[in-house]
Amino acid sequence: MPKKTDAAAKASTKGNMPAFTKEEELYAYKEMLLIRRFEEKAGQMYGMGLIGGFCHLYIGQEAVVTGVHMASKKGDASITGYRDHGHMLIVGLDPKAVMAELTGRKGGLSKGKGGSMHMFSNEERFYGGNGIVGAQVSLGTGLAFAAKYREEDTVSLTYFGDGAANQGQVYESFNMAKLWNLPVVYIIENNKYAMGTSLERAASTTDLSKRGESFGIPGEQVDGMDVRMVRDAAERAIQHAREGNGPYILEMLTYRYRGHSMSDPAKYRSKDEVQSMRSERDPIEQVKARLLENEWATEEELKDMDKDVRAIVSEAADFATNDPEPDADELYTEITV
Amino acid sequence: MSVEILMPALSPTMEEGNLAKWLVKEGDTVSAGDVIAEIETDKATMEVEAVDEGVVGKIVVEEGAQNVKVNTVIAVLIEEGESADDIKVDTSAPAASEEPKQENPEESGPSEQEQPSVPAAPVFEAKADSEIPEGTEMVSTTVREALRDAMAEEMRADGDVFVMGEEVAEYQGAYKVTQGLLQEFGAKRVIDTPITEHGFAGLGVGAAFAGLKPIVEFMTFNFAMQAIDQIINSAAKTHYMSGGQVTSPIVFRGPNGPAARVGAQHSQDFSAWYAHIPGLIVVSPYSAADAKGLLKSAIRNPNPVVFLENELLYGQSFDVPKLADWTVPLGKAKVVREGADVTIVSHSMGMRYATEATEKLVESGIDVELIDLRTLRPLDMPTVVESVKKTGRCVTVEEGWPQGSIGSEIAARLMDEAFDYLDAPVMRVTGKDVPMPYAANLEKLALPSAKEVIEAVNAVTYRQV
Ligand SMILES: Cc1ncc(C[n+]2csc(CCOP(=O)(O)OP(=O)(O)O)c2C)c(N)n1
Ligand SMILES: [Mg+2]
Repeated sequence: MPKKTDAAAKASTKGNMPAFTKEEELYAYKEMLLIRRFEEKAGQMYGMGLIGGFCHLYIGQEAVVTGVHMASKKGDASITGYRDHGHMLIVGLDPKAVMAELTGRKGGLSKGKGGSMHMFSNEERFYGGNGIVGAQVSLGTGLAFAAKYREEDTVSLTYFGDGAANQGQVYESFNMAKLWNLPVVYIIENNKYAMGTSLERAASTTDLSKRGESFGIPGEQVDGMDVRMVRDAAERAIQHAREGNGPYILEMLTYRYRGHSMSDPAKYRSKDEVQSMRSERDPIEQVKARLLENEWATEEELKDMDKDVRAIVSEAADFATNDPEPDADELYTEITV
Repeated sequence: MSVEILMPALSPTMEEGNLAKWLVKEGDTVSAGDVIAEIETDKATMEVEAVDEGVVGKIVVEEGAQNVKVNTVIAVLIEEGESADDIKVDTSAPAASEEPKQENPEESGPSEQEQPSVPAAPVFEAKADSEIPEGTEMVSTTVREALRDAMAEEMRADGDVFVMGEEVAEYQGAYKVTQGLLQEFGAKRVIDTPITEHGFAGLGVGAAFAGLKPIVEFMTFNFAMQAIDQIINSAAKTHYMSGGQVTSPIVFRGPNGPAARVGAQHSQDFSAWYAHIPGLIVVSPYSAADAKGLLKSAIRNPNPVVFLENELLYGQSFDVPKLADWTVPLGKAKVVREGADVTIVSHSMGMRYATEATEKLVESGIDVELIDLRTLRPLDMPTVVESVKKTGRCVTVEEGWPQGSIGSEIAARLMDEAFDYLDAPVMRVTGKDVPMPYAANLEKLALPSAKEVIEAVNAVTYRQV
């Protein structure tokens, strides 16, 4: 059983930087690049009117889902809010089906009936894609309840934002999760803003990793721009939960480069703030630099990889553009079972 | 002074019980809190504690007695030194719990005099509509600006009015309805909240109890579902529960109803939900003039008002009278067009479909009377009934789901109040009975349309087209 103090000490020891193997670096690079390119394409397609409504891009936050996924195993459940495209791609869902849901087509993951905010996969145990801020926290706690009830050794990976962290049901869930020692890892994606409200303007205390303290839930603040740190912390948290010690909170310090959704001009933060994040902390550039430095890949090889990823994304975009809309008959189907 | 101990009611439904056991005997001294007896109800055996102190002077109902009625005297306590001989007890079952005796209720029929009858609900009377004085300048204004102006005017007039909600201040409103308010009124009165609807709605109601006049903005009414308990259980009911002492002069406002391509959780109409609740006033305007005049009335009104706006109407312009204090009375429907053939009743975005249909129908020779309800509770049935007496036909139009809709209510009320005047069944045009789909083609099908309004009018006027 991992001790809380050990875990915390490990995270804060700088010299003890968790390292990735070559394969792990390459995997992380490719996955993050796929999410980045996919989201860039989605933004472009939104501009062309192919995607409607809200569209919340994950650009900048790629290391969070990638690192957590590397620490999880098949069968673990995951759930998040509306900023969900990356979460789906990382569990292996087909980019074509994700993109076609964004365009509201028949071949979309929800047959076009859900949209950008609402996608699901029983096979990958991905439970959405939820539009109501904070709702996924109770739902994710319920996924953990089911795991414990059925005596399965799966864990619920429950993602939510810094803004969502102020919803009441988060704390109702924390209490139950610890009271019943449910196998849930709460992953707070703190990208500093909830729409136009910075964390400082919305929260009386801003260290979200401590939000479980009064319930007895251990928590850590993690550099969410460094995929190695994310994976390392996620391993500890997931092990803690899987071994029956109850919930764990990971506050991922991250950043979204784009506006809240496509219609947000994001005037509430300075260009410098965004620029310095991009140039100094970018999760993908960090891996790229290490790959090159260790001579685990050449510039040429990385370019080829980018080409492959772009091909996957183009194919998804083509599919999502040409796939037909759902049949009119779908209007009245699947309301109840 | 002797004290009677009565058979207690140990549950809300208990009418009688068995006196299982006495734990004291005559002559014992008891003090408050001592367990003196055990009583069996149909559910459990319960202990009875003494409430007073004294000496058990007399045990009136013996241990083992069955079916002892609640409030029967079971024992008497006397003071130290008093004599038990002086005790006189009425051992009959108490009058209070006695059923009125009837030899044969079957034959004598229901006894109407003995049942207090339900008093008649007050008859609703709508106020006269506001008049625009001759020569008033009309200014083309968007619904968004009209709402902002209403808040600003009321905030200037009354320091107790303040606005709170997500992104209302620094961001100037998620849909820019509160634009400029922070700059004019400052951060004390224009308050950005965390994303915590249940909390800030409750906080708003508490502040209203204490005399402030909050305007609580929900970014959309989809998120007010997080807070609906405070709206209904706290805001709507407290005046009644407090016997008229406590009021909740609060306005809950924000966009309601389907928006564009945002899917099932962000696209729905809550009109009928709130209109169901006694204690609330529910407003749902269409035009900018009504939006402004009604919001000003809502802010001044001492009751909790749910003010349902529509995101897709925010940018639409209408003429608004340029008057120092333009208000529109709550609870008054507006006859937008007078006509003799059919009555179309709608509100909010439904008016867009209804208006478009009306234009086409009038062109094709049908004389439509078009009514904008504007307020959904209280519902201005007198105006609707008056119209239907003239036309004999009615079609309702709304974006909400059909079951239990505003249209359903109007249809039922017309049966009550204008049955003899109806020449055709009332027809409802509503949103389809499905969660809102995302796909563009399905979304279009899910929404009502002018075409469906025209079809309904054709049906109730028995027109072949
Ligand atoms: C209950 C509820 N309230 C408000 C909203 C509108 N809304 C959507 S996202 C959002 C901000 C959430 O910020 P955060 O939790 O930090 O997540 P991020 O968008 O930064 O990923 C708000 C207020 C909503 N969807 N649900
Ligand atoms: Mg955030």
